[in-house]
Amino acid sequence: MDIRQELKTFITKEIMRNPKYPLKDGEPLISGGLIDSFSLVEVQLYIEKQFGVWIDDMEMTVETCNTVDDIAKLIEARQ
Amino acid sequence: MTAPSITHVPIRLDHPLPETLNAQIRYLLETQPEATALYFVTPDGKRELAISTREFFEHAAEVAHALRQNGIQAGDLVVLVLEHSLDVLYSFWGAILLGAVPSIFPFLTEKLDPDRYFESLHALVERSGVRLIITYPALFDRLNTVLGDVEGMLPILVTDALTTNGNPAEYWDYAPTAESTAFLQHSSGSTGLQKGVMLSHRAVLNQLAGYSTAIRLQADDVVCSWLPLYHDMGLIAGFIMPLMQGIPLVLMSPFHWVRAPHILLHAIQKYRGTLCWLPNFAYNLLATRVRDVQLENLDLSSMRAFINCSEPVRADSHQIFQEKYTPYRLTPNALTVSYAMAENTFAVTQSGMDGPQKYDRIQRLPFQEQNRALPAAGDDEGALVVVSCGKPIPNCEVRVVDGDKKPLPERQIGEVALRSDSMLTGYYHQAEISAQALYEGWYLTGDLGYIAEGELYVTGRKKDLIIVGGKNIYPQDIEAIVSQIDGVKDGRTVAFGVFNEKLGTEDIAVIAEITQEDEETQGRIQREARQRIVQATDVNARFVHLVGPKWLIKTSSGKIARNANREKFLQEMAAEGLL
Repeated sequence: MDIRQELKTFITKEIMRNPKYPLKDGEPLISGGLIDSFSLVEVQLYIEKQFGVWIDDMEMTVETCNTVDDIAKLIEARQ
Repeated sequence: MTAPSITHVPIRLDHPLPETLNAQIRYLLETQPEATALYFVTPDGKRELAISTREFFEHAAEVAHALRQNGIQAGDLVVLVLEHSLDVLYSFWGAILLGAVPSIFPFLTEKLDPDRYFESLHALVERSGVRLIITYPALFDRLNTVLGDVEGMLPILVTDALTTNGNPAEYWDYAPTAESTAFLQHSSGSTGLQKGVMLSHRAVLNQLAGYSTAIRLQADDVVCSWLPLYHDMGLIAGFIMPLMQGIPLVLMSPFHWVRAPHILLHAIQKYRGTLCWLPNFAYNLLATRVRDVQLENLDLSSMRAFINCSEPVRADSHQIFQEKYTPYRLTPNALTVSYAMAENTFAVTQSGMDGPQKYDRIQRLPFQEQNRALPAAGDDEGALVVVSCGKPIPNCEVRVVDGDKKPLPERQIGEVALRSDSMLTGYYHQAEISAQALYEGWYLTGDLGYIAEGELYVTGRKKDLIIVGGKNIYPQDIEAIVSQIDGVKDGRTVAFGVFNEKLGTEDIAVIAEITQEDEETQGRIQREARQRIVQATDVNARFVHLVGPKWLIKTSSGKIARNANREKFLQEMAAEGLL
């Protein structure tokens, strides 16, 4: 499974508790009200466990990590 | 339950209790001008500024100077539309130096809808007769347009218009009286009903004296805080109390902290922090979401008390926090609780300072069916654990009353009522609400609880309210927001809180009846609902559940039954493994 699909599965099931949600790669996660600040840390820990990449606390912002695409690119660049 | 009157008032407030905050500022400037008042960690985490008492109030006097030049007089309401920054700290005290009444408005975040945000600011300004707003140059044009039609306002003051070399001594003649309103705190209410809690100088100083005694405040205490200042816990415990008591405050930004929770722990270690107030969810976040590599060499042995406050306290949150940080030298008796509210300035009770924190194990059935909290036998596996909020602080009385407002005996659950010398004067410009909240001098809190062995236990609340990370959200507001979405049947929505064990706080859940059930429509409504909720409240909805006709349960009178629908929803989610 590719990174984007894995991220989407994790976010819709574990964070949004709605596996049927049609999450798009470019959809705003933070400003769109899908992920809150507390859950960002959860995403961060998942990324580390699943992809072996650590995204620093201060990088988890609307500017850098607001979409599945943004996060996937960060992961790809560091793997 | 009457607490003893103050016999020993610790440290700075031990000179005869000052009449006003202004008198206390003067006292501090005369007795310890060079003592560090504040260590301010900039929101990017890159710099830490040490600011002395003298420097702090000189900056405040710069704001006072600008306010005076702009025409502000004693008693005028000044609203601060500023981020968590030195600007907001100085502006608050600048207004106080002048005898004006400051009030901190939550700042616009990247999640909120700006139109809606400015509308609510406009409503506040109009209703409360705000005289002046202090903000950043970047917001000037927008605010000027939004508030252009409000009569009686003075020109907006921007932060870069402040002069230098402020002198607090110029303002000693402006000192208000003990009965004057010192500042407004905002108490929660559903949309449009935000209430400004008026607190007099005397009430605030009584609270500082009483609460300082309750927590055994000492001259070598250091307060560490990341709490926002538009909430009583952050404003009083995490700002005004340390400043007025002349002990150092280490202040971080809430936005910085939530992204990097470990910064609080390192600040405690670096500055030898002794006191820290936190909402319950923070214990879970710090226990489960901080990586061990971020904790290397951490030493929390300086801490006298973490004080859990502002949302329901959970025994298991304390337990996981204690387990996680015992290896980092967290002392066993450091986890305590306070029950507090803006209407009492701040604290009503405090636990765990004279002995261990108490946890009451009670029988489940008498609690659920008879409103009684009876001690459970040691082998009772269904027992509930309720965390003590402790005893009332000095000069504060607490009782639990029944529906006729008559006091109940110990271990009977009823509404928590309080009476003290630090209560609100009233709600600003809302005399009728002020009258409703008080009964024969007692403030009725709307919270449910019981008293056992002189300690208060809070078990729930009378009103429907969801508390998410210490922030109060009214389900009616969520229901109205979702009801407006195209494809949702008008009035066919219901919202409630669902406790999240992992996060240690409540999640928002909303159910909406939809008219078309195809996937595309459902996706759009899901998306719109989440977006609109965060834009209006700055808080996310965890569960958005769309249902067809006949799903929602109604009462015999045709109203949507919040609790019955909540139960049905929880069963469905549990069956699907999504809780």
